[in-house]
Amino acid sequence: MILGNNGQRRSIAWRWALAIPVVVVLLAVPAFAGAYWTQLLTYGLIFAVAALGFNLLLGYTGLLSFGHSAYLGVGAYSVAFMVRYWHVSSMELYILGGVAATAIVSALFGVVCVRYTRIFFAILTLALSQVLWTVAYKFFWITGGTDGLRVPYSDLSLLGGLIHFAGDDTYNKFIHSYYYYVLVIFCACVVLMWLIVHSPFGKTLQAIRDNETRARFLGVQILQYRWLAFLVSGIFTGLAGVLWVPLNGLTTPDILYWPQSGKIVFFTVLGGFRNFSGPIIGAVVYNFLEAWVVGFTQYWQFALGVILIVLVLFVPGGLVGTLLRVLTKTTTSMQTKPKALT
Amino acid sequence: MDILVLQILNSLFYASVLFLLAAGLSLIFGVMGIINMAHGSLYALGAYVTAWVITFAATAVHPAVLFLLLPAGALVVTAAGVVIEPVLLRPLYKRPEEYQLLITFGLLLVLEDVMRFVWGGTPLSASPLMDALGIVHVGEFVYPTYNLLVIAIGVFAALGVWAFVYRTRFGVMLRATSQDRRMASALGMNVGRVYVQAFGLGCFMAGLGGAIVVPSQAAVLGMGVEVLVLAFVVVVIGGLGSLEGALVGALIVSFVRTGVIQFYEELELAVLYLIAAAVLLVRPTGLFGRPQ
Amino acid sequence: MSLLRTQKLVKHFGDTRAVDGVDLIVSQGEFLSLVGANGAGKTTLVNLISAYLQPDSGHIFFQDQDITFLPVADRIKAGIARSFQLVNLFDDLSAFDNVALAVFSREGKTRNLFTLAEKDDAVTQETLEVLREFGIEDKRETLAGGLAQGERKLLDVAVAHALRPKLLFLDEPTSGVSTRDKAQIMDTVSSVVRAGKITAVIIEHDMDVVFKYSDRIVVMQEGSILADGSPDEIRQNGEVAAMLLGAPTST
Repeated sequence: MILGNNGQRRSIAWRWALAIPVVVVLLAVPAFAGAYWTQLLTYGLIFAVAALGFNLLLGYTGLLSFGHSAYLGVGAYSVAFMVRYWHVSSMELYILGGVAATAIVSALFGVVCVRYTRIFFAILTLALSQVLWTVAYKFFWITGGTDGLRVPYSDLSLLGGLIHFAGDDTYNKFIHSYYYYVLVIFCACVVLMWLIVHSPFGKTLQAIRDNETRARFLGVQILQYRWLAFLVSGIFTGLAGVLWVPLNGLTTPDILYWPQSGKIVFFTVLGGFRNFSGPIIGAVVYNFLEAWVVGFTQYWQFALGVILIVLVLFVPGGLVGTLLRVLTKTTTSMQTKPKALT
Repeated sequence: MDILVLQILNSLFYASVLFLLAAGLSLIFGVMGIINMAHGSLYALGAYVTAWVITFAATAVHPAVLFLLLPAGALVVTAAGVVIEPVLLRPLYKRPEEYQLLITFGLLLVLEDVMRFVWGGTPLSASPLMDALGIVHVGEFVYPTYNLLVIAIGVFAALGVWAFVYRTRFGVMLRATSQDRRMASALGMNVGRVYVQAFGLGCFMAGLGGAIVVPSQAAVLGMGVEVLVLAFVVVVIGGLGSLEGALVGALIVSFVRTGVIQFYEELELAVLYLIAAAVLLVRPTGLFGRPQ
Repeated sequence: MSLLRTQKLVKHFGDTRAVDGVDLIVSQGEFLSLVGANGAGKTTLVNLISAYLQPDSGHIFFQDQDITFLPVADRIKAGIARSFQLVNLFDDLSAFDNVALAVFSREGKTRNLFTLAEKDDAVTQETLEVLREFGIEDKRETLAGGLAQGERKLLDVAVAHALRPKLLFLDEPTSGVSTRDKAQIMDTVSSVVRAGKITAVIIEHDMDVVFKYSDRIVVMQEGSILADGSPDEIRQNGEVAAMLLGAPTST
């Protein structure tokens, strides 16, 4: 009966099957990679969560935010405040608190921003994130100013106190455990976001992106959907901020500063924002790329700028988009070849 | 009373610079529909180049000649703009807006690091110009004469741009193109040339803003982005694409800024954004913006 | 029984009186054509009724309820849907998704964040049913942006139809397609409309099409209704026919 969908369903099953070896490799990484590489990959997975959130707006809703550093920062600072003022050490409580705080902030910012689209949206999001940055920068008696606030891993406990890192020489243990902790959350986020973009809600966002007027004439109340997308996007990015801060060991106003937003934009474009997996790949690749470029020059921003320009001009589909195009081209040419022979 | 005069002068000084910057940003948007994220970095480039040239020449030539070198930054930035438009922007006009924002963002990253590479972390200023003009007395206070010159340049620039856009043939072409690109090209206008000229003019204004500010405030890393955000506030208040809006927005932002810094410096940006947000809520296209 | 009634509906654009005191009645179940020269106010009238524009004055009654100030979403809920003259689709979504969205929206399911759209068998079935009715079922996986013009026109109507309206406005469903496609589109549309017992109001320039498919014809000129009657009555009204056909009729 539903012929049309059987085909689609099978291809979705196939894609998930492809994810299995990836997860297996990810599980094995700490076994063969040292702490340095494991740590880099952890950063990559964390930023992938941020990028997933960011791309719900850019790729699926058609809104380019230049202010997602705000939610990274709110996530990170809420953890730092919990450490400094309430001496909380449980990662699970950090996540709860950080997610709640970003939900509030992005809900408020969203009310203002989603009234606008295109350039105005980009400017407004940038402006609001810069406000938070100045607040973190200038109210130093609360935020620690440029010195930031410390969130040392030695005080951290995972899984309700089951795992902790007190004592000497626990750094490797921390990197190891924290990697798996992040990996689980990352996988959960991927599944959740995949569900969201394939839900009726996700389809509606894409409809709004393609044609706002027609969506209105299907009875869709545009602003509510944009706002909800904004909220979900902020929460994902906030969660990334929460995960980031214990790994980084401290948070400074830099996490709220515009280059952080730029970074999120960058790796989403690097991977390709018209693909679900593009931003994930982009975030992971970016972190290795940055580490590599920083290794031999302090002018990594220059390198990133050049790469971004080249991507926009010549590879607008990003890494994943271009790869997919090449793959479909080769498979179709393989299918058509026998016909050509006969 | 005297302090009030000083504050007004400070605000006008700042408004002059902001107007140059925001008017360029607005002009480029009005004609080409592009928001140039690298606009602030071009302003910083103008400041660095002028400071650099003047620092070099200061020992060699008479101070009067130095003033002729002041526009050096503006000229270099204009030259950059004339290259950037055809090479980076022209291939993207038919693509979604996101790509145009992204490429100018890439340019911003590149320019910021180029400046870091060439001039490093040390602030650079063109103070010989400031010193050459001395000071004026405002009651019991003193005020640099050079800053008065900047205000004069600001007034002159506002009049000049207005006359240019509303009183010249080129201005007519500019406005025609901004209203309907296809119609303009159907009427036989060379839209490509209008674009490069408009972008060049916008860059010139950004570069000039940087050039005139640097004798009084040193060029430092990051100044471009800081001022970009302020220019955004100006155009959001005034209305994107409107020159009158850029003027009024620059005045509002400068006076509010001076006032707020006087009382509670920490809230400077927050207050400005609140004003911008309030304007947007009441008039989504800004005070002088035309409805889309 | 009247399904829709407008009362002294007025919309001016500056000095242009696009709609100037129109009293239009649409009866339950009819296929009504709205005709007139360009600028006669047909599209503006439809825009007012579908809440694309707000009237300057006057009222709109739908099933005897005043809907003049109801927002778009509520008018759609009440049962008014429309297609667009310049095809208005979700170009980066498949034909299937274009129609499915209308079904989801109608059923109030677009707020579901955590269910897979394609696992909803009821919606899938209904969407395929609609695509089949419009003869574009085999294009279901094609992106709307990649369809041929005739197919896009059909899909545009299909999307509006999937909202299951009581009253369906079709703004030039055959503009920009070849004569051969025209007949096919009109056959499909009219058979769907009649099978579903939907009241339809169609804006159309091709008088052959108008005379062939309509139950009633309303002729507009400069914002007002000039004539209103059955196809035969309109054809016999020499003055109107002359205006519509662009030349004095010799028959």
